Amino acid sequence: MPGQFKKVRRPPDNWWVRSYLPAILQGLWITARHFFRNLFIFTAHRFGLLRHVRAGVVYQWPEDPRPVAPRYRGRHRLLKRPDGTPRCVACYMCETICPAECIHIIPQEVPDPFIEKAPKAFYIDLSKCIFCGYCVEACPEDAIRMDVFDFRLAGYDRFQMVLDMETLLNSEPSVPDK
Amino acid sequence: MLRTLLIDVGKALYLFSGLMGLAAILTWMERKQSALMQDRVGANRARIFGLRLLGLPHIITDAVKLLTKEDFVPAGVPTWLHALAPWVTLTVACLPAAAIPFGHVLPWGGQAIELQLMDMQVGLVYALAIASMAIYGVILAGWVTRNKWAVLGSLRAAAQLIGFGVVLGISLIGPVLLYGTLNLQEMVHWQDTTVLHGWLPRWGIFFQPLAFLVFLTVGIAETKRIPFDLPEGESEIIGYFLEYSGMKFGAFFLADFIETVVVAMLTVTVFLGGWSVPYLSADQGGFVWPWGAHTAVPPAGVALLQMAAFWVKVFAVCWLLLLIRWTLPRFRIDQAVRLGWQYLLPLSVLNTFGTAAVLLIVGQ
Repeated sequence: MPGQFKKVRRPPDNWWVRSYLPAILQGLWITARHFFRNLFIFTAHRFGLLRHVRAGVVYQWPEDPRPVAPRYRGRHRLLKRPDGTPRCVACYMCETICPAECIHIIPQEVPDPFIEKAPKAFYIDLSKCIFCGYCVEACPEDAIRMDVFDFRLAGYDRFQMVLDMETLLNSEPSVPDK
Repeated sequence: MLRTLLIDVGKALYLFSGLMGLAAILTWMERKQSALMQDRVGANRARIFGLRLLGLPHIITDAVKLLTKEDFVPAGVPTWLHALAPWVTLTVACLPAAAIPFGHVLPWGGQAIELQLMDMQVGLVYALAIASMAIYGVILAGWVTRNKWAVLGSLRAAAQLIGFGVVLGISLIGPVLLYGTLNLQEMVHWQDTTVLHGWLPRWGIFFQPLAFLVFLTVGIAETKRIPFDLPEGESEIIGYFLEYSGMKFGAFFLADFIETVVVAMLTVTVFLGGWSVPYLSADQGGFVWPWGAHTAVPPAGVALLQMAAFWVKVFAVCWLLLLIRWTLPRFRIDQAVRLGWQYLLPLSVLNTFGTAAVLLIVGQ
């Protein structure tokens, strides 16, 4: 609407502000304050004092592992039935939905008439995985979860990045099962 | 004769090792101080026999890394010219320290040793003249490597260093008028006393605060470090040592730290009382406190205290320079040049005239 505006007065900065000196001194004061605070607390830590106060915001990984939230989406794990066989029924839901096509299942027949199939082999290629969690969402049997919070996923070649069924089944969850 | 020579060599070794040692420690301080300022821990992984020593071994690992890296020389570049530039820079960075008094006299075997490498009447002019030669290594480095970005970096360096070099000289005329001498040792003697009934040390900073501010600004510009690191700007705008690697690059880098120490030494000598310890008087044989008390100190103790005070002050100024370097953002080239020519130069001229006027009035 024409005519309906409020004109904000911007008084020109005086020479003291434009000399940048107050801003520079303010900045130096802030950084110096951080310096002396951290110097004091680090020195106190050396003598075993003030342990409950953190100096700095950095985790000294790997000595001081970073806490992981329970909802963290970590590495995959296959769950077992009470008798130790995999819960997976090789339905291919996860393999189908996987956008990175990193899951590969080879199924096999099982004698139990109430179980459809079971995986003979179950591979997850972590070098392709994008950790989207769709496989967990898609699974009708709650057979796959991503609760192994091991983020040191590294290998000397591509084949070391492929997890087989034995590894997946025997991984311990980082948070206890509900 | 031999004795004089040995004393001179000893003084040179003392000063040079102090300069280089402090420059090396500054590489460690730069990491640790910036880390503490930014709530981090800083480099602490290098270790000697399992000892981390607060990250100090990183000084050694840096040297080992730089010495073992490939020494790259671009095609078509004369190798000797390519190698000359870092050494010109490094040498010129070290030389001004020769004029700095790092103590008064040290009694040694019934003789008094003057604690200054070159006792010159024009010590200040010598230091500034040598400091202004730093531009040669920088221009040589950019020009000889036949790289457009390196040449642009040297041009920025030339524009900046020439502009600030003028201010560097003029900003010190005020203190020179006040002290009435160009001899750095005599400047310190002028400051080695107290005013205000013995309460305040007679340091230059209290009489020439404007000159101190301008000189510190220009001094930072001369060291080519943030906020005046336009000649280098490693991360974005690429500087004059683009085509240097290994220890040749390390020489440029070390030269910056040495220049920081030298600027700190000059600041301390001209403005912060040099080697003088507040309230300590060699003539009175100890401390003369403002409330009238007297603490006796033997002559050797006085000399050692003064030598220690010099390094403590230099270290404190280095800390301040690093604090500034890790707090302020970088100037643009036009901002830096405008700051030098349009603001700092008139300010320093004004300070010169003001000081002269006051001295004239007071003198009458």
